[in-house]
Amino acid sequence: MTAHADSHVRPPDATGPEPVLIGENMTGGYGGADILHACTIAVEKGQIAVIVGPNGAGKSTAMKAVFGMLKLREGHVRLNGRDITALSPQARVAQGMAFVPQTANIFPSMSVEENLEMGAFLRTDDFSETMEQVFDLFPILREKRRQAAGELSGGQRQQVAVGRALMTRPDILMLDEPTAGVSPIVMDELFDRIVEVARTGISILMVEQNARQALAIADMGYVLVQGRNRYTDTGQALLADPDVRRSFLGG
Amino acid sequence: MDPLNALVLLANFVIIPALAYGSQLALGALGITLIYGILRFSHFAHGDIMAFGTAMVIITTWVLQGAGISAGVLPTALLALPVGIAATIAYALAADRTVYRFYRKVRAKPMIFVMASLGVMFVTNGITRLIIGPGERRFDDGVRFVFTVRDFREWSGLAEGLALRSAQAITIVAALIAMALLFWFLARTRAGKSMRAYSDNEDLALLSGINPERVVIITWAIAATLMVLAGTLYGLDKSFRPFTYFQLLLPFFAAAILGGLGNPLGAVVGGYVVAFSEMGITYAWRRFFVHLLPEGWEPAGLMQLLPVDYKFAVTFGILVLVLIFRPTGIFRGRSL
Repeated sequence: MTAHADSHVRPPDATGPEPVLIGENMTGGYGGADILHACTIAVEKGQIAVIVGPNGAGKSTAMKAVFGMLKLREGHVRLNGRDITALSPQARVAQGMAFVPQTANIFPSMSVEENLEMGAFLRTDDFSETMEQVFDLFPILREKRRQAAGELSGGQRQQVAVGRALMTRPDILMLDEPTAGVSPIVMDELFDRIVEVARTGISILMVEQNARQALAIADMGYVLVQGRNRYTDTGQALLADPDVRRSFLGG
Repeated sequence: MDPLNALVLLANFVIIPALAYGSQLALGALGITLIYGILRFSHFAHGDIMAFGTAMVIITTWVLQGAGISAGVLPTALLALPVGIAATIAYALAADRTVYRFYRKVRAKPMIFVMASLGVMFVTNGITRLIIGPGERRFDDGVRFVFTVRDFREWSGLAEGLALRSAQAITIVAALIAMALLFWFLARTRAGKSMRAYSDNEDLALLSGINPERVVIITWAIAATLMVLAGTLYGLDKSFRPFTYFQLLLPFFAAAILGGLGNPLGAVVGGYVVAFSEMGITYAWRRFFVHLLPEGWEPAGLMQLLPVDYKFAVTFGILVLVLIFRPTGIFRGRSL
């Protein structure tokens, strides 16, 4: 995993603050018509970036494009200054990206501990320390480490899913609607944990349906409409913007 | 009333034979369930590849016997097992390369895989017959009995006898060892866990960096090993005939589906349930009840629910009942 260790080093020739991850001018779709049109998403080191927007705005598609699950017709994706546009999703994981899908994001018949082990499958070093960190972050998982992940509650499963993704010690963690289908209390708790993850220096890119709560913890917000950037600003600024509030946050 | 004699009788004619047969079924069903869990299709070539592997073991046994090599009291076939396993793994991987890999690449529907495995079945069937012929082969040697009916009568002084044939003892012991090793492998090793992860959630396994082709190769290797072991033990216990091995497909699938497809523990339990059902329903219970009931209460008939010829009907009945009433099986595997 030398590539991983190297990836912490900012390239010396970078002028200005190069984001950890940037998908620039992304245009493309799943074959047929384009879904994204010159869409740009960037995440700074240790910050939380949130993609919000109405249904069908291409939020998840934008995230999948950044992760390489979608072929781009135009535009580039750079991770730590390196162009990774041509890499497969698996190769991007090896380069320091981690992705938590919205659904089917755990191994249901395997224990919590085994789920985390599978997250660390690419690692050849001792990952017990990382596992301890995940257990510190999500104490309930330590308690249920021997239990099958499929038997846990929805919120706990999401914790397993995030924990699994963290096992590679990624530079950037991408979450596709992590709070879909969980209760409001669990949602608040999950957001708290996500903020904690960001404090450890891991950058976060998140697609969220609960725009108001997500923007409240976001350093940067991207409002997409029909695959285009409509508003891009800090989370606070977007929450304060009357246009954004009226159009996307229900007043 | 003589419950002890009744029990000995039952052990001799039902329990021990069913334990041996159940072990053979469990090994076969384990292969079916692993292939279903990882490659996601019903492997119809299972019985015939088992026949192919056993044929390899038999030929190697002949060579060893010709060279004057034997395993002493144990059957020579046990020494030939590694050769048969290696040949069968190579055969299964060749079939995967030439047939199944293409359908994986184009992400074909499971039904297409099943049809492809049907084709592999016919080809394998032909190859086996070309190599060793369609007839019956016996290849057991070594000591035939652990103890005979006479040994047991002299030792116990009971009216009923009990025999334990070496093939039965070897089958039960070998199957238990193989199953213990398999479960240890799946639960504890990195490769085994990656197989379970792939079976659980293919996409997430890919995201975690698990190499699917490697998982597939390991699966074929394990399934082929189990097939050769099951086939050799069945051949030692009964006899080898390619057509009989093809027919074992039905109890294999009944066991795997009854236990819950994709669930290894279910396959083992299913194997024994099917074996005990076949034996229990086709056994003539008259003498058992003669021992058990007071004098004058002896049943007039044979107390046999179905003739032995109908043992496959029992298995088929189990299969149909499970598919109607509990398609996910005892341990809640995937439904078909």
